Amino acid sequence: TKSEATFEIKPYKLHKLEQGPATSATLSSEDALKMYEKLAMLRRIETASGNLYKEKIIRGFCHLYSGQEAVAVGMRAAMRDVDSVITAYRCHGWTHLMGVSVLGVLSELTGRRTGCSRGKGGSMHLYGKNFYGGNGIVGAQAPLGAGIALAHKYRADGGVCFTLYGDGAANQGQLFEAYNMAKLWDLPCVFVCENNGYGMGTSVDRSSASTDYYSRGDYVPGIWVDGMDVIATREATRYAIDYCNSGKGPLVMEMETYRYSGHSMSDPGTSYRTRDEVQEVRQTRDPITSFKEKILSRELVTPDQLKEIDAQVRKEVDEATKQAKTEPEVGVEELTGDIYRNNLETLIRGLHPAAPLQHYEVAPRN
Amino acid sequence: KPVTVRDALNQALDEEMARDETVFLLGEEVAQYDGAYKVSRGLWKKYGDKRVIDTPITEAGFAGIAVGAAFAGLRPVCEFMTFNFSMQAIDHVINSAAKTFYMSAGAVPVPVVFRGPNGAAAGVAAQHSQCFGAWYSHCPGLKVLMPYSSEDAKGLLKAAIRDPDPVVFLEDEILYGVPFAMSDEALADDFVLPIGKAKVERAGQHVTLVCAGKATDTALQAANQLAGEGIECEVINLRSLRPLDFDTIAQSVAKTHHLVTVEQGWPQSGIGAEICARVMESPAFFELDAPAWRVSGADVPMPYARSLETLALPRPPDVAAAVRAVLANRGECFMHTPCLGEGTVVMWDSLPEWEHTH
Repeated sequence: TKSEATFEIKPYKLHKLEQGPATSATLSSEDALKMYEKLAMLRRIETASGNLYKEKIIRGFCHLYSGQEAVAVGMRAAMRDVDSVITAYRCHGWTHLMGVSVLGVLSELTGRRTGCSRGKGGSMHLYGKNFYGGNGIVGAQAPLGAGIALAHKYRADGGVCFTLYGDGAANQGQLFEAYNMAKLWDLPCVFVCENNGYGMGTSVDRSSASTDYYSRGDYVPGIWVDGMDVIATREATRYAIDYCNSGKGPLVMEMETYRYSGHSMSDPGTSYRTRDEVQEVRQTRDPITSFKEKILSRELVTPDQLKEIDAQVRKEVDEATKQAKTEPEVGVEELTGDIYRNNLETLIRGLHPAAPLQHYEVAPRN
Repeated sequence: KPVTVRDALNQALDEEMARDETVFLLGEEVAQYDGAYKVSRGLWKKYGDKRVIDTPITEAGFAGIAVGAAFAGLRPVCEFMTFNFSMQAIDHVINSAAKTFYMSAGAVPVPVVFRGPNGAAAGVAAQHSQCFGAWYSHCPGLKVLMPYSSEDAKGLLKAAIRDPDPVVFLEDEILYGVPFAMSDEALADDFVLPIGKAKVERAGQHVTLVCAGKATDTALQAANQLAGEGIECEVINLRSLRPLDFDTIAQSVAKTHHLVTVEQGWPQSGIGAEICARVMESPAFFELDAPAWRVSGADVPMPYARSLETLALPRPPDVAAAVRAVLANRGECFMHTPCLGEGTVVMWDSLPEWEHTH
């Protein structure tokens, strides 16, 4: 195999920018293997999640990321330890990329004690180091992300906050409030619109007067990125970090991508789009298949290496899935765990006066 | 030494900003304008753009930014020009601030303070005159404070800023300019009041009046009036709506055997309703010699006209009358349903004499 290869990237579209990210990028074989592993892992986690949901082990809502993996994996590959992320509820993959184990993710979805939120958050409320969710309210993460970016600037730690939202959230008023203040104050915030074509069952054409999401920050410069190409998303993210770190303030990145599953598990995803459409994306633009073909054809990796990764990923996810099913839920006393960091209520009221509860400090206080 | 509530709040902000580099203030007109109600006067000059941040008029946005900054470990003080505007941002107060520590199993603390004037102002009609005490105190995960005096304002705001949980801090525009005597102790820069402890503003043995914020003033005036009639009221200034210091209420009721709550907010599902419910559910119930009464704002949107506005808010004579009724155990005279017909409020004529004092 070769140690590195250079790839052409589908041209970026720029909004109020003289120069965009590099349109070709070099990938080492080591990076290629790492990225492939992450892509495969995210896909596998979602397959497992979908199955757990069908088995009724995952409750409530469950939003799968399959089809969109290149966005998170490419971005994460460019991010530094100091950077932070907040996203919406399609967050399982991001949570893992931000350092939570597969078990931490899957057992949160099954509501078990090994979950990263001890089973108290569920699929939409996952957190990790420099990872602030997992937010269940469409659009709310936009100002929250700007606030995290404000903290980066306040501390002058050089970090950038990546604030991800979907094409559905792109029409929420508070997003424009966040753009405005982020630009006004030059916050190191990258607003990332993951445009997967549909906000629930409403296609972008039916929801947005302008579907050029990268330009909708108006005075905030923007880049359109092929969100199905993990190399493009990585390069764009490198560019975004440089841009924000040079003190120019926020940036909007539209990542055009696709989701294979319905909006959530309760949506078969077939009433507002055709099966043919989904099939066509799978066959022609799948972020994993296309990356695999690229790195194989350029001899960066061997088929055996990828097979080995596939097998490892499968094994890890299978084991985590098994454990996520068998772990117990947290003890009932944690119903009243960590409501407050410094609780001052003498007793937490239960269902009636004769059932008072005690507040528990579960997370370590320092 | 007399200090206005405004200056006490200003002192608290100043001292806490000096003490902790991560404390900053943001909101509409907090910096160059010195605050819409001048609570932040002088702070921008002293601490600069980084720590006193004027925002555009964009509540959902800047409340969200404040919460995000708190996620990331700063201690933002987010001023709402009035709490009425916090409804634009209530999603961030509740969904983003109050619930995140729990949902993250303790991984993400949210040390933010939301503060600003709350409750009825004068002559500004329904959209700008409303109490949010009951609204926010409904929500687990929040701490909700409602200061009355300058000492309350300073000690509680400092406690709120130091607290690691989200705090809703409900001030009162009408009280901003009112001077209260402050002790040397309260003036010192290490003065902090405990959150969740009520203050007995006046001791008495005949009836317990429970109130907070501006209603404390109303209750104290009523107590003065009643003292002339030989009725001694124990006035409890709650200071904190969540946690609610029910022990202090119960101890007082055990002494006075009578209870009247006083608040400016609406009656239904209000603070008084909560207190009465807690009495009902506890042994304090057996201490009562008469039904407990709530004196609250009238169950109407706030009218603009002066005469109507006056009728919509509790005044000292209303509290005094309620106290007399409770002490005389006269609750039954209100138990019938009033009938309204042809634009005439029939109930008016059937009310006892004290109602006509409006």
